[in-house]
Amino acid sequence: MSQNLAIAADEREYPVENPVIPYLRQERIPHIWCPGCGIGTTVNCFARALTESKRDLDQVAIVSGIGCTGRVAGYLNLDSFHTTHGRAIPFATGLKLSNPKLKVVVYSGDGDLFAIGGNHFVHAARRNMDLTVICVNNFTYGMTGGQLAPTTPIGASQTTMPYGNFENPFNLPFLADACGAVYVARWTVFHVKQLTRAMHEAISKPGFTFVEVLAPCPTLYSRRNKLGDGVDQVKYYKERSVVKHGAATKEVALGFQGDIVVGKFVDRERETWLDGMNAHFEKVLGPRYRRYGE
Amino acid sequence: MSDGTVQRGRGTVFVRKEICKGCSYCIDFCPTKCLGFSKDFNAKGYHYPDLARPADCSGCDMCGLYCPDFAIYGMRYRDLEKATAGAGTAADGAAKQA
Repeated sequence: MSQNLAIAADEREYPVENPVIPYLRQERIPHIWCPGCGIGTTVNCFARALTESKRDLDQVAIVSGIGCTGRVAGYLNLDSFHTTHGRAIPFATGLKLSNPKLKVVVYSGDGDLFAIGGNHFVHAARRNMDLTVICVNNFTYGMTGGQLAPTTPIGASQTTMPYGNFENPFNLPFLADACGAVYVARWTVFHVKQLTRAMHEAISKPGFTFVEVLAPCPTLYSRRNKLGDGVDQVKYYKERSVVKHGAATKEVALGFQGDIVVGKFVDRERETWLDGMNAHFEKVLGPRYRRYGE
Repeated sequence: MSDGTVQRGRGTVFVRKEICKGCSYCIDFCPTKCLGFSKDFNAKGYHYPDLARPADCSGCDMCGLYCPDFAIYGMRYRDLEKATAGAGTAADGAAKQA
């Protein structure tokens, strides 16, 4: 150890702090995520995306639902809300409409956003509510013990599907695209630089923006399907990912350990819900109406 | 290796070994493959990463981006000297960086 003073040194003696530290609630670290879980990496990328966006952090709020990814709100040192299961998007909608100056980010898992809260996702995207939704997709319900999720690929074994899944899973970018999201991207935890960039773009764009991140669940999904450790899954992402920007979202569905199409699929302009409301009432009510949120 | 013969690369890494969970993301995805598992383990029994080949480290901070536990980060010596220059204590340097 003596040849490397930097590593031998106690953490209090570090000359420079980790750039992510100011974004974290230090008293809650180390976090509860398993060794090899990818959620921490997405948090890392999110913190760096916030640094790049140069936003006033007092004007950023983060909302999570329930689940492993739902813990993110508890670890980030922002205005954060940990809501009931599946209700992150309705809560975020209310938060955004009561204080339209806020940038509201919904950070949750696939089960929370698409099973329990699926309806809310569909309608927030339809309205083009000014939210950023980051979905960490690990193909399973991690916190409750590896049940079948709406994103579990066909053939994968889960505790509630012990002979393999036969249900057709959601293709999340296609769903978001069809519902009207203005920005849709998918990356994996292997693509850290691209993911940081996508998160930065999603935060900066007004309207309903959606980023799907594939992350390994080594404890439940990988172990049950004999896919190795978390790092083996990330190596699989590395080998089988195909970057296709602007790919038709219909064709980016995921199979069990198959090819993963990643990239920025949708980037378009649409009127947000608040702008639409203001324009409509100005037209209908004329000078009696005062624009809201400006 | 005696102290006088250590090769210094363009950068270095800092590891908060107490919070490392030994997932090996940083070791497997280091672009210059300069990291390795240490022989020691931390209080939880995980082998944390160690700068096995210091001469290869470029300080690119990819390990910092990958680390799910916020336990490692890299820095170029150039930036490190800039960040610590003029600062009396480590805390001042950290505040400047933030």
